[in-house]
Amino acid sequence: MNVLSDNFAMFREGFIGTVELTALSALLALVLGTLVAGFRVSPVPALRVFGTAWVTLLRNTPLVLLFLAVTLGLPALGLKGWDSFWLAVLALGCYTSAFICEAVRSGINAVPVGQAEAARSIGMTFRQTLTQIVLPQASRTAIPPVGSLLIALAKNTAIASGFNVVELGSVQKTLNAAAGYDIYVIFLWIALCYIIITFTISGLFRLLENRLAVAR
Amino acid sequence: MSDHLQPPGIPPHQAGGSRPGTDALVVLDKVNKHFGALHVLQDIDLTIARGEVVVVIGPSGSGKSTLCRTINRLETTDSGSITIDGRPLPQEGKELARLRADVGMVFQSFNLFAHKTVLENVTLGQVKVRKKGREEAESTARTLLDRVGVGAQADKYPAQLSGGQQQRVAIARALAMEPKLMLFDEPTSALDPEMINEVLEVMQQLARDGMTMVVVTHEMGFARSAANRVVFMADGRIVEEAQPEQFFSDPRSDRAKDFLSKILHH
Repeated sequence: MNVLSDNFAMFREGFIGTVELTALSALLALVLGTLVAGFRVSPVPALRVFGTAWVTLLRNTPLVLLFLAVTLGLPALGLKGWDSFWLAVLALGCYTSAFICEAVRSGINAVPVGQAEAARSIGMTFRQTLTQIVLPQASRTAIPPVGSLLIALAKNTAIASGFNVVELGSVQKTLNAAAGYDIYVIFLWIALCYIIITFTISGLFRLLENRLAVAR
Repeated sequence: MSDHLQPPGIPPHQAGGSRPGTDALVVLDKVNKHFGALHVLQDIDLTIARGEVVVVIGPSGSGKSTLCRTINRLETTDSGSITIDGRPLPQEGKELARLRADVGMVFQSFNLFAHKTVLENVTLGQVKVRKKGREEAESTARTLLDRVGVGAQADKYPAQLSGGQQQRVAIARALAMEPKLMLFDEPTSALDPEMINEVLEVMQQLARDGMTMVVVTHEMGFARSAANRVVFMADGRIVEEAQPEQFFSDPRSDRAKDFLSKILHH
């Protein structure tokens, strides 16, 4: 009796669930993280304060607590109609965005200040300077840590299984409960699924790094 | 380079020194700035007329680069006022950005956009700030790059160019905005000696074409041949202002005499 072939549909569903959760949370985290990084270096004090508060709050909250706050707190506050999958995306995306923000900000700080001065001196606004000149150059420095953060995100998605989301973690729970299977074999197959996802992320980022290294 | 002061083509309004107020483009009035305890600019009064070439010289740490950078507000000031073309420098924001588009700046370290090609460096401001079409911007850029002698390098990245070539691209990038005024902050100080002249020649040509220029430099030859006026700074103050001929042959202040004796005779 092979646990994988017996339950292939379940594994496939879990795998796809984890991939979707990772991809959508990553997208949200990248967009939010970059935006908040922009806030943190902005000339507007209110935006800087918001950025600092965002990072401090989300980076220092345990992910499980954040999941509780989002899945229980937000609906209680009137956010109705979101299923548990999208709430999980929200929790994971916001949490990871705090770390992405700091990685992007370290990239921004690595760009020589003269680049921004030159952009400002030809009349570019702060937003143009950031999006046209600073962020494209910051990405070279930020990409390796961002890659690591997305791998961490992929593994963090397992927490969502505790909140009614179908992904690899929930496969393990269901099969453990079903009994008759060797728990270690279940773990092995699930670990392999995670390895496929995380190796794919590393590969993508290595590719990205190489492409950006050439363009200069 | 010949030493005469009035190359043909320059309007004669600077003859006999600047006449403040006639057609002032930049006016600094009692400008002060501190870096912590250091008083880098002390009550700076300076008026720059349209079409005038002002060379700022002085020992390092005298505040001349800071002075240059305050004119487009890359450095803020603590007190005093700066007006460009009759309008006071606005606070950081869209209006300041608009004003900066009219004031070209050339840096000591070139600061070409490292991730853009030479051509993109010169078109970017035209497209994003002046809202010109790409084709028009590119044709302007190619004309300017040819004018400064780096037309053949248009598709290369800045890092593939020599320092002198990079600085000439930087000048073209500033000119592409059709500025009223050009600021040069030690444009040749980071260059190998053999590349200094190719940059100075471009600047000489610009001066002959009637561009208003503020040039912070250690190139006394350029000051002699291209400047309408030399401003000598020391310890955050303007110590002396004179026509180059007079300044170099007969400086009035002891501080200037001391400075010139150190750099001219050895």
